[in-house]
Amino acid sequence: MSFYKKYCFFAYIGLLPALLIYFFVRIYPIFDTLRLSFYNWDLISPIKKFLGFENYVELFKDSLFLEALKNTTVIALSTLLLSVPLGLLFCFLINYLKDSKLSPIYETIYFLPVVISLVPSAIAWKWIFDARLGTLNQLLGLFGIKPKAWLFDPILSIISIIILTTWQTLGYNMLIFNVGLKNVPKVYYEAATIDGANNSQKFFYITLPLIKPIVLYVSVVTLIRSFNIYAQVFVLAADTQGAPGRLVRVLVYDIIENAFRHYRMGYAATEAMIFLLIVMGLTLIQFYVMRERV
Amino acid sequence: MNKNNILQRLIVHFILLSGAIFMILPFCWVAVNSFKKPAELIVYPPSFLPKEPTLSNFITIFKETPFFRWLLNSVEFAILSTISILITSTLSGYILAKFKFPGRGLIFITILATAIAPFEVYMISLYLIASKLRILNSMIGILLGYLVMSFGIFLIRQNVIASITDELIEAARVDGASELWIFFRVVLPLLKGPMGALSILAFLQAWTAFVWPLLVASSKDMYTLEVGLALFQTGFSVDYGKVSAGAFIAILIPTIFFLLMRRTFFESIALTGLRE
Repeated sequence: MSFYKKYCFFAYIGLLPALLIYFFVRIYPIFDTLRLSFYNWDLISPIKKFLGFENYVELFKDSLFLEALKNTTVIALSTLLLSVPLGLLFCFLINYLKDSKLSPIYETIYFLPVVISLVPSAIAWKWIFDARLGTLNQLLGLFGIKPKAWLFDPILSIISIIILTTWQTLGYNMLIFNVGLKNVPKVYYEAATIDGANNSQKFFYITLPLIKPIVLYVSVVTLIRSFNIYAQVFVLAADTQGAPGRLVRVLVYDIIENAFRHYRMGYAATEAMIFLLIVMGLTLIQFYVMRERV
Repeated sequence: MNKNNILQRLIVHFILLSGAIFMILPFCWVAVNSFKKPAELIVYPPSFLPKEPTLSNFITIFKETPFFRWLLNSVEFAILSTISILITSTLSGYILAKFKFPGRGLIFITILATAIAPFEVYMISLYLIASKLRILNSMIGILLGYLVMSFGIFLIRQNVIASITDELIEAARVDGASELWIFFRVVLPLLKGPMGALSILAFLQAWTAFVWPLLVASSKDMYTLEVGLALFQTGFSVDYGKVSAGAFIAILIPTIFFLLMRRTFFESIALTGLRE
C-alpha cells in the first residue's frame, strides 16, 4: 500500500465509528422525524397513512399546542429578559469587588445551580413556593401581601417556573460575560479614567459596546435552552393527582403527550419539526451576529 | 480610599449578598428539611433548623426505594457516556484536524449541523430505533442518546490545530511510527487539558439528562437518579421529608465535586461559550 492510501485508510477507519453513531442516532432520526410528520401513525398498526401537510394545518388549530407554544415562548422570553441583564449586573458587581476576599465565595454560590441537575433543584424550590410554609409567601407577608398558591394557579405557576429557570441560567450567563469582560483591554479604562469618566460612563460607553456580541450570544443560548424546558415543569407544575405538567403545558410536554399517551406519532413529529424550525431560526440569528463580529 | 468609595463597596456587597442568599436559599431549605420528622415539616410557622434532627428520612429512602440503584445507574450512565464521547471526540477531532482527504469538510459540517437540533426534536424517532433494537429499559438504551457530542469533536479539533504542529506528526511518521501509535503516544498526551474539560462537560450532561432516561427506563430498577426522584415526588401519598432527603443527596454529590475542582469547572463550562 502506498503511503497516501494507508493515510486515507486510517482517516476513514478512524472516523467510521463516530460516523456510524452519528448516522443512527442523529441524522437518520432527524430525517425520520421529518418523514413521520407527513403521516398519520399510531405506533402499533403497520399502516402509515400519508397526509401531506395536514398535520401542520391541524397543529395551528390545536388549542393545546398553541397554549404550549405560548407558555414556552413566555417562559423563554421572560427568562432572557431577567437572566441576561441580571447576569451582566452581577458579573459587573463581582468584578468591581475583585480584590475582596468574598468575591470567590460569591462566584461559587452564583454558579452552584449550573452544576446541579434540574430535578433536585426544582424539588428544592418547592419549599420556597409552598403556599403555606414557603419562604416566598412569608417574605411577601412582610409587605402585607396575602399568601398565594404559587404552584396551583395557572399564571402564578408560570411565574414560578420563570423564577426557577432564571435562577438556573444566571450563573452560566455570568461566567460567559466574565470571559467577555476579561477580553476588554485595560488601557481603554485607563484612558477613560484620565479623561475623568465615572464608573457608569465606563460601563455604557466602553464595556457594553465591546461585549455586545457576547450579550447577543448569551441571549440566543438562553432562549434556545429555555425552549427545551421540561424537567422544571414536570416537577413544579404537577397537579394533585400526580399527573405532571397539566397546569403549565410546554412544547416538550405536548410532544411527549401526543407521542406516548395518545400514540399520535406523526402529529408529535410535526410538533417536533415546528420546534426545530424555531431553534433553527434562533441559531441563524446567532450565526448572523457572530459573523458581524469578525 | 475615601468615604464615598467605602460606602459604594458596602452597597455592592449588600446587593451581592442578597443575590447569594436568593441563589442558595432553596438548597438550604431542602437540606434542613431532610433532617426533620414528618410532624415537624408541617408546623406553621416553619422553623429553619430542625428541633429534633433525625436521619430517618435518609434511612427510609435507601430502604423503601431503589434509591441506591438509581444513584449507581446515574454514575454508570455518566461514566459510560463520558468514555464514549472521549473516544469518538479525540479520534474524530484529531483526524478532522490533521488529515486531508476527500469529504473532510462535508463530514465536519454535518457533525456540527446536527448539533443545532435539540435532542427533544428527534427523540420520538430515536425511541422507535431503541424499540426496534429491543434495548428499551436497558443501560444501552439510555446510552443511545449520549454516545457522541458534536461540541467535543469541535473542541478537540480546535485544540489539535492550535497546539500540535504538522512537523511533529511528520517527524513521527518519518521515524516509522504507525498512525495508531502517533495518535496514542504523540497526540493524546498533548490533549490532556481539553480532554479533562470535555470529561466534565460530558459527565454533567449525562448526570443531568432527564427526558431520554424518562422515556427509555420503564422499570424502577432502571431509573436514573433524575428520573427516580422526579417520579418519586409525584407519587400519590408522597412524604416530603423523604423527597427532600433524596434531593439533598442529589444536590450534595455534584456540589462536593464542584467545590473540589472549582477552577476546572469554571474553565470547562466557559469553553462552551466559545463555539463560534
